[in-house]
Amino acid sequence: MLIKKPSDIRSSEITPQNIYLNRRRFVAWAVAAGAVAGAGFSFREMTSPSLAVSANTKIDGIQKSSFSTPEPQTPYKDVTNYNNFYEFSTDKYAPAGLAKSLKTRPWTVTIDGDVKKKQVLDVDAIIKMAAPEERIYRHRCVEGWSIVVPWVGFSLSELIKRADPLPKAKYVEFTTLYDPKQMPGQDVPVLKWPYVEGLRLDEAMHPLALLCFGMYGEVLPNQDGAPLRIVVPWKYGFKSAKSIVRIRFAEKQPWNSWQLSAPNEYGFYSNVNPNVDHPRWSQAKERRLGEFLKRPTLMFNGYDQVASLYTGMDLKKNF
Amino acid sequence: MKLRVIKVLIFFAGLIPLARLAWKAFHQGLGANPVEVITHSTGDWTLILILTTLSITPLRKLTKQYWLIGVRRMIGLFAFFYVCLHFTTYIWLDKFFDWHEMIKDIVKRPFITVGFTAFVLLIPLAITSTRGWIRRLGKNWQRLHRLIYVAAIAGVIHYIWLVKADLRKPLQYAFVLGVLLLYRIAVWLVELRKKLSGAAVRQSAAEVTEV
Repeated sequence: MLIKKPSDIRSSEITPQNIYLNRRRFVAWAVAAGAVAGAGFSFREMTSPSLAVSANTKIDGIQKSSFSTPEPQTPYKDVTNYNNFYEFSTDKYAPAGLAKSLKTRPWTVTIDGDVKKKQVLDVDAIIKMAAPEERIYRHRCVEGWSIVVPWVGFSLSELIKRADPLPKAKYVEFTTLYDPKQMPGQDVPVLKWPYVEGLRLDEAMHPLALLCFGMYGEVLPNQDGAPLRIVVPWKYGFKSAKSIVRIRFAEKQPWNSWQLSAPNEYGFYSNVNPNVDHPRWSQAKERRLGEFLKRPTLMFNGYDQVASLYTGMDLKKNF
Repeated sequence: MKLRVIKVLIFFAGLIPLARLAWKAFHQGLGANPVEVITHSTGDWTLILILTTLSITPLRKLTKQYWLIGVRRMIGLFAFFYVCLHFTTYIWLDKFFDWHEMIKDIVKRPFITVGFTAFVLLIPLAITSTRGWIRRLGKNWQRLHRLIYVAAIAGVIHYIWLVKADLRKPLQYAFVLGVLLLYRIAVWLVELRKKLSGAAVRQSAAEVTEV
């Protein structure tokens, strides 16, 4: 009787030669690609003046701020995957992927209009103007949802003081990058590109108005407005312009993109106000992401300290 | 027999959008704002299914696949199923049974007024979809069920009016609906012409016999 001794390796486990060879080739290619990529990165590090430019890079020396709310923060995952950033897409879940290709360095910001000295500043020079602070702010979207985000930045006034606007300047205008190659949403004329937002100069000088380049202790992710954005917590989210390339000081009130698209629905001020409805939906309540029941929306999004900016103004008219 | 199999397949296919939502709900796949995703998804499927029922008649005539009429009711009822889920999402997940708020919404917000109208119009259509009601209503059944045109138009307007700036998707629905309605108008015009010329032929024939 013939007893077959089972071989140690089952025939099904033996890799066919062609796959084996392919695998070798694959490994070889992978090693080569890795080497090229590694060289590329080290080259970039040698040539780039600043290293800490990509998201998930920790920002050092962040100070706490008394403006921060103690409310629970919205999970990082939600703030980075649910973004109204029409430059990439009108689908809120799309910018997280599409914004990856945005090049945030080198990046300059043009300061012009009614200023003593028009100049072009490197974003890294702007970031170094003052010490970074963590500001945990409520953020209310005009659509009726809200989040709590630990932004990193410093008061916008720090930049404005250095920009030295002329006495006749009454407004500041912020322009977002226009580059359809990097921002595919700009191929579609859903809004007038580039995206433009504006503030009254005294609003922009209010210490709550934040010039922002980070969140959750790290460099700002692209889909949240990298490399430089503003955060104006008492106004609807769309007022907080992202990926800013130009700051212009002006005598006349600038028009913002949403105002241009529907002047009867979006005003220049757009302060969070539960008593003034959007013409098509109520603004009395909001859904805090992660919560089931809606909560009442607060006047100025709960930032009562800005009320004095608007004394004597009819906020129903100046919506 | 073949139709039976197709109907079973359509039944299960009709449950896929709901199953997908349920699966996502249990696997944290509904994203940062689940209520928004559920509202949009059920609304989308309502419109898609309404447009599907409206395309049955042109399809069966153009392709001569007359059996298609046999699946129309089920698709229509699935449209009603998803509009019910859509409405339930609104009253439960969005407004949390705040009737006062909802009444204010329906009166004050045109996009909700028109959406609510579409929903209300679909109710009698679902109720009278049974064989018994078809028999009882006779010719009136078809008249009643022309309400689907009004409901479809209202549904598409509801979508157009709620969008902030990007009208592309609601306009796609509007385009499909427009084509389906134009088909009806064209058919109606052709039949009207036939009737008129038929009447003319009869009349001239009558004149001939008179002479």
